[in-house]
Parts: sequence; structure tokens; C-alpha cells
Amino acid sequence: MKDFIIPDRDFGTPAAKSAVTISLLVDGIAVSVPAGTSVMRAAAVAGISVPKLCATDHVSAFGSCRLCVVQIDGMRGTPASCTTPVAEGMVVHTQTDDIARIRKGVMELYISDHPLDCLTCAANGDCELQDMAGAVGLREVRYEAGANHFARRDAEGPNPEYRPKDQSNPYFTFDPAKCIVCSRCVRACEEVQGTFALTIEGRGFDSRVSAGMMSDSFLSSDCVSCGACVQVCPTATLIENKVIEIGTPEHIVKTTCAYCGVGCSFDAHMRGEEVVRMVPSKDGKANRGHSCVKGRFAWGYATHLDRKLEPMIREKITDPWQVVTWDQALDFAASRMRQTQAAHGVDSVGVITSSRCTNEETYLVQKLARAVLGTNNTDTCARVCHSPTGYGLRTTFGTSAGTHDFDSVEDTDLALVIGANPTDGHPVFASRLRKRLRQGAGLIVIDPREIDLLKTPHMGQGLHLPLRPGTNVAVLTSIAQVIVAEKLYDEEFIRTRCDWDEFLGYAEFLMDPRHSPEEVEKLSKVPADLIRQAARAYAAAPRGSIYYGLGVTEHSQGSTTVMSIANLAMLTGNIGVPGTGVNPLRGQNNVQGSCDMGSFPHEYPGYRHVSDKATREIYEKAWGVPLSPEPGLRIPNMFDEALAGRFRGLYCQGEDIVQSDPDTRHVTSALSAMDIVIVHDLFLNETSNYAHVFLPGSSFLEKDGTFTNAERRINMVRRAMTPKNGYEDWQITQMLANRMGANWGYTHPSEIMDEIAMTTPSFAGVSYDLLDREGSVQWPCNEKAPLGTPLMHVDGFVRGKGHFIHTEYVATEERSGPRFPLLLTTGRILSQYNVGAQTRRTDNLVWHPEDILEIHPSDAENRGVRDGDWVRVASRSGETTLRAVLTERVAPGVVYTTFHHPTTQANVVTTDNSDWATNCPEFKVTAVQVSPSNGPSEWQEEYGSHSERSRRILPAAAE
Amino acid sequence: MHSDDKLIRMAGQMADFFRSQPGAPAEAVAGHINSFWTPRMRQDFVRHLAEGAEADPIVRDAARFVRLPEQTPARA
Repeated sequence: MKDFIIPDRDFGTPAAKSAVTISLLVDGIAVSVPAGTSVMRAAAVAGISVPKLCATDHVSAFGSCRLCVVQIDGMRGTPASCTTPVAEGMVVHTQTDDIARIRKGVMELYISDHPLDCLTCAANGDCELQDMAGAVGLREVRYEAGANHFARRDAEGPNPEYRPKDQSNPYFTFDPAKCIVCSRCVRACEEVQGTFALTIEGRGFDSRVSAGMMSDSFLSSDCVSCGACVQVCPTATLIENKVIEIGTPEHIVKTTCAYCGVGCSFDAHMRGEEVVRMVPSKDGKANRGHSCVKGRFAWGYATHLDRKLEPMIREKITDPWQVVTWDQALDFAASRMRQTQAAHGVDSVGVITSSRCTNEETYLVQKLARAVLGTNNTDTCARVCHSPTGYGLRTTFGTSAGTHDFDSVEDTDLALVIGANPTDGHPVFASRLRKRLRQGAGLIVIDPREIDLLKTPHMGQGLHLPLRPGTNVAVLTSIAQVIVAEKLYDEEFIRTRCDWDEFLGYAEFLMDPRHSPEEVEKLSKVPADLIRQAARAYAAAPRGSIYYGLGVTEHSQGSTTVMSIANLAMLTGNIGVPGTGVNPLRGQNNVQGSCDMGSFPHEYPGYRHVSDKATREIYEKAWGVPLSPEPGLRIPNMFDEALAGRFRGLYCQGEDIVQSDPDTRHVTSALSAMDIVIVHDLFLNETSNYAHVFLPGSSFLEKDGTFTNAERRINMVRRAMTPKNGYEDWQITQMLANRMGANWGYTHPSEIMDEIAMTTPSFAGVSYDLLDREGSVQWPCNEKAPLGTPLMHVDGFVRGKGHFIHTEYVATEERSGPRFPLLLTTGRILSQYNVGAQTRRTDNLVWHPEDILEIHPSDAENRGVRDGDWVRVASRSGETTLRAVLTERVAPGVVYTTFHHPTTQANVVTTDNSDWATNCPEFKVTAVQVSPSNGPSEWQEEYGSHSERSRRILPAAAE
Repeated sequence: MHSDDKLIRMAGQMADFFRSQPGAPAEAVAGHINSFWTPRMRQDFVRHLAEGAEADPIVRDAARFVRLPEQTPARA
């Protein structure tokens, strides 16, 4: 969907929320708005643009530029329309002789301290100062040249007021010479992002925008490069480097970010087929006009030179790659898969779909497995992140998904954040939560590390329960015990929405002394008093919400933890109204979607088990083939079966299992044992080192489709440029399937969505027409909810009665002992994403060039490790080396790292332990030893040279 | 061969969960296995137990509720 470029309409001040409507006259036009609306916004609603500089609807009114003055009958003087609220019967005049004179005077002053290099200015054609000069009819500037901020030098010598550009940030430039000190950037940093990195320094003529302290640059300051300041800047003071380089965009393509599970809506500002900038959509229902450094700036990987654009094959994985035609590659891939099946049975092959791919692509890949290959051996990377969420929430509530939308955070009175680090992993959600925390909502964090959310500026006291990794269930069960013991539960809710007798059984289970805070303190190291405080605060909050991440799911008791979270919400009645709920923060953009689309080996799209005859018949009819009623292999089972010689062929789309899955050595030996591995990706990723076929993929900018975010919101992904590899990914899967006799004839992804809607009750109402019309919808979307479902379980649980589960703590087998006395837990960092395949190929490297190990100073001292030293981290699975940083963010006994870089390969160390219900790997707990080291481990060196050998490419057809 | 010990270990983890639930834990473990394991994994599991592998009593008891490929695919 292409739009001509019409600047996003700015109403000047944010929308007001009120049930009371106020009517007024603006320039003779009658308009009605909610009480609390500014006169400026009311005028905008009436279609009248009042001139303005410091006002924008991204931030609250400030009233500093005095350009937006108006006259109001019965009111003295000329009030600023941005800070004046509407009143019933008000009569407003936006243009009178007096006002015109005032505005001209204001603009004259502004322009007297602004360079007049408009023709060569990067903001030319997109500058509000320029627009306002035109709007007020400024024709001359009467002031003599004098003290100013923009001239480098005058006749006397260098201008002491001049400051050079700050180009420290790789994505945008700060040019103080162009600044009009409207404070929009400072306010956006505070109100929208919540970082408070920017400030106005000095007073009067000396006022300047400053990042951090005088000595700081944008890069060295607290700035997280979200770009909110750049977006609101009315001049060229803060501007994207790409705009400086290319010029202004000429059309917009509305699309969805391909990074985390927040699923921000973006306007891709294009010039031809080149992206000029990505601007978060104000009408985006997940992000409401905000974004983070990844979504806004880190899309350069799509055109990175490392991208492989031609198909390649090789006989053996020790051979160099050979560039071939699409026909050759697909024929080779298809015939090898079929040969493998002929020799080793139908179930000797399988597929892995990706949460980085669209719903339509994922649907086709699982369809390829089930309908073409004839096996249910299909799994998705959600296996290794949120599979316990699906199992746990389905068991307790009846639906494998989060309960609320992100807007709901605006109504919460207390947020309980468990095993998540939103400021790094889900930054836009973190900003929205921080806004609510500044308004007074409470915060409880249950996490081994002291996460940044706890340091939110201007919030009240947050409660931190720094538990030992692996003890989530013990702590949450103990919180439940306190709620029951102190009768803090919502009896009415439990009686009406759950089964009272079942609750009594659960309460009896809870009241055993082994779940008491004092007993749990011994295991978890969380003081009993903190457990009690947390229980009381969550139960007391009128609207308490729970947000959780992979620190909940990636444990041997991941599913049990999800169920203990659901128990807490049911106990306290925190379900079904805005501001409450159980909200998983999904890792990747389409984790929810890839699960919805039937990627799991045991279920069809819409979470219907393969053994369910009625569902199977739907697909047998739609696909015209008989289907297997038996569950297939999950990813970890595939590896085990491969080592047993029974699983020998894999089509892996958009995933890098070698880097992202645990126990790397186990994964690589499994892949090495296979006859055919097909990697379909943008880059020669780590997995491709073990592949026989490489099919070049297309980026999110090059294809149509949909992503489903953490709030079940189906968002459109739209093609902004022609795929550099020649095909959109769904086309490549179709070509491969057709080589194996599928006879598919999709001509557009909308036809795939139509098939999904036709066969899946919760998607029955979804179509591209609807999505184009509504922007997005949240499933279930069907006859009962034609425009989707923002909140689930409003009047009753999907499964009927909410189901309390007894959540017994079982210690993980991965316990620290004399050989491996520390517990390693893993996480993410703001600037990098997942295995880093995308973000490592952008300038985001300036923030995180390598993975580092966080270790407590006392543990470091015991081992003779100093800040910045190379250390060796060893577990029973393997060892690696990286540099150490000493910090008290982690408790003694706990160390932490990220897994963004293949040279570190944190997963060499992680083990094959997994969740009891779903086999989701236990990434979050590994017993390790740390010791000083001189450099890369033997494994790293061997892996490095193996990678190099594996990526050799022969020139195409040297005939 | 599929690491049979791993299957027993995985079933043991299920037993650890279901032993604290109301109802019959062995049937629940078998139900979970029937829903999520391939026929071959189920076969290996049952065979390995029959060959005398050490296992939690619930796991041992679960074997007789595990559906094997020869049987009709009706769910327990």
C-alpha cells in the first residue's frame, strides 16, 4: 500500500481522554472535542492549522514559542492555544491583526538567530521553521547581525557561541547551529522514551540542548538512540544521516518492524526503491508512534554486502559452495529430500519454520511438511523460547496467547515483571510502561539481575526480588501462599470464574509449610519479607498486570512457571479488565504467529491437535491428501534422532539453529550426520556451514505478508522494494514444494491468508482487505468478533472455568557444585537482536561489538579476574572465552551474558536440559566455572577455521 | 539410536510435575507422551523400560498407558 507523501497530520497536542464533550466555535466553525483538549487541537480537528513551533502531538503542551497565540472572546490578551484548554461555548479567532503582528515578531526573532542556508539544508522541504516563516508572512528580518549561535566566525574571529555538529551517533546528526531551543527533543526523550538523556543547559540566550553533561556526546550520554528526538525536531538540528545523504522521501509504505514481539508499525519513507528513513506510525496500535534503535535505524542489513543473492549447492558439507541457477538448486534440494525419504522412510525428514518469517511463509512451510512430505516433523524456533507459554496458558485459561493489548498498560496500577528485561528486549513496551510508572503505578521485578526498569527516573520505589536462577516456581508459589494465607484473594472472582472446590484443593496444596516464604528464602535467596511484600502489593493493586519473558519459559520448569503466573492472576481476579492480565513478551516479531500457524509438530493452525479427526478432515479436504494423526518431532528430538541416524533431511527457513539452540556441539554433530540440509536465509549463517543447499531469502522490506505480535495483533508487512534475490520467500517455498509434486498455485500471500481463514476458526474473519481497512486486528477475529479481540477472557475463560494447577517446585538437574560453582544465565541487549545476524550487520555494533560476561566483584576477586579481562567459561557441555565486566547487577554466584555474536557462541556452554512439558531448552540456568584466560578456547579456534572453510564459494559455472 | 536414557529422563520430569496434581499421575504422564511424542519415541520408551531401565515408579507405571503405533489412534 503506497501513499503519496503527506506529512503526518500533527494535531499539536496529544488527544485528551474524557467522557465529557465540549463544543466551541473556531473561526466560525463549530467543533466538539473531549474535555481537556487544547484550543490548538480543537482548531486542528476543525481543519484549521494554528502556526506552532514548540507544540507537537507527540508530547504535552509546553507553551514556549508563543507562535500559536489566538484570541478568545471574553478572555484577555492572546493566550497560547497549545496550553489553553477548551471551554463550553468558547469563541476562538486564530487570525486577527494583533495575532498576525505578534507572530511575525516572534518569527523575526527566531530567524535572526538561524542560518539562512535553506537551499542546501538537509531539512529543506521538510522544515517546520521554514513552513512557519511562510505561514506568518515573514518578509524581512530587521535585526542587525549580532551575537548568534550559527556563524562559525565573524569579522573578529571564531564565534564563541558556535558549537560544531555532534556526529557521534551513527544514525543521526545533531547540529546546534540550527537549533531553535523549542525543547521538543528534550520532552520526547522524557515523555515518549522515558530516558531523560537530554536537557536544556543554561538560560536565556545561553540555552542549549545538551545530551548528558557538557563533556558528553550523544554517544557517550545515556541516549539509547530511539530517535524520538529526531522525529519531533522541527528543523535540521536533529536529522537522520540517511536524509542528509539521500534527500527527502517521496512516498510512504506502511509496514511492520521485523525485530521484537512488540511489532511496531512503521511508515517506510521511500525515494524510489530506497529507504530514506523508517518512522514509527502514530496510528500503530502497538507502538503509538514510538520505536527503538533497532526498528528505526537498524535496517541496513537488508542491503548489506554479506547478503547472498544467488542459490548455492554442494555435494558434501566439506566442499566449497557452488553458485547455481534457481532450477538447479531447487531440483537438487527436492530430489535429495525425496531420495532420503525413499531410503529412510517418510518421517526421516522435516522442516523448521521461523518466527522471523511471515504468517503466510510459516503456514506454507508447515503445509509443505504435512501435505507434501507427508510428515508432522515441523517445528519452529518458538520451541526454544515461548512454547511453555502456549502450553501453560492453554492449560489454565484455554488459549495459547497473552490476554491483553499493549494499550492496557496505560490502565495498570501495578506491573509485576518476571524474567524479562523490557528496556533491552522490548524497548517500546518499556517506554510505555515507564510512562505509567512515572504516573504512579507500582513495579515488582522478579529477576536474578537488577534490570534497568528498576532505575526508571521519576517512578516510586520498585520492589526487586533477586532470585537464584531456576527458582521461579518456588518464589511464585510462595507468593500465592501469602495471598491465600492472608486472605488477600478475590473470592467472588474465584467463585464465579473458577471452580471453588478446585481452588480449595489448590489452597490446601499451597498452605504446606514447604511453600512458606521462609522455606523458599533458603532455595531462592529472596528474603521472606520481600516475598510477602510482593504478594501484598500485587494483591492490593486494583488493577495488577503481569508481564513476563524468556526468564520464565526457558527453564526445566518453564511451563510450571507460566501456570503459577496464571494462578496468581486468577487468585487476585486480575483478568478480563484493562490494566490487568497475563502478558508474555514474545521474543521475535512473529513468535505468536508462527505458533498460531501450526508450526508445532503436534498441532494444526489454531492449536488443534493432529489427532483430532474433525480438524484433520478439514485439512485433508483443503489440501487433497491424507494426513498423519501422529505428532512429529520437535527440534531437540530432531537432533537426537539425527544422531541416531533416523532423521536425515531438513529444510530450515530463516533460523540459525547452530547459534540459537543450546549445546552447540550436539546441534552441529546432528546436522553433520544428515544427508540434506537446506538453509533458506538472507546470509550464510552459522547453520549454513552444515548445509548442502542455500536458498537466498528476502528481507521484510521486500515482501508482502503479516506478522502477529505479542498481543495477538495481525499487522501487515508490505513490499517496499523488489526482492534483491529475485523472489519473496513464500514463492521460494512454493517452488520447492512444487518440485516435490505439490502443484500449488498461489499468486499472492493474500490467497494464503484466505486459506488460513477458511480452515482456522480463530482467523475466520481475517483478510488482507480487512487489514488494509483496519490497520490491524487481534485474533480471535470471526463472526463473534468481526474486528478482533483486544482483551481475552472478559466474561469467562475460553476453556470455561479457570484451572488452578498445583505448582510444585522441582530443582533443576543443572545445579551448581564444586566443579561448576556458578550459575550462568543469558539475556539480550538493546542494540542487538537474537543471534545478531541482522543487527551485527548494522552500525548498532558501536554499542555492543562483543558479548561480555557480567560477574559479581566478589566472585571475580576469588578468581583473580579484573574488569575487562578475558575469561574462560566452562560447563559440562563445553567452554568458551569472552571478556568480563564486574558489576553488582548480578548476585554473587550468578554470571550473565548475551548470545548475539557467533565468535563467542554462548550456547557452546548451555546444556540439553529442557522444560518438562515442551522441551523448551533451559537457556537460563547452566552451572559453570569461570577462570582467567589468555584468549579464544580451542573450540572457538577450531570453529573459526571450520566456518571459514565452510563458506568458500566457487565462482559460477566456470566452463 | 535415540538416546533412550534421555526419554526416561524427560518422562521423569513429567512425573515430577504430575505427582503433585490431583488424579492419576501415571495416566497423565502417558497422556502427555501420547500427545507430544512421535510413535517411534514412544516405542523406544516402552521398549527401554521393558528392558529394565531404571525409572521413577510413575514413569514405569505410565508405560502401559502409552499408545503404540499398532493400536488404534483413539486418544486415551
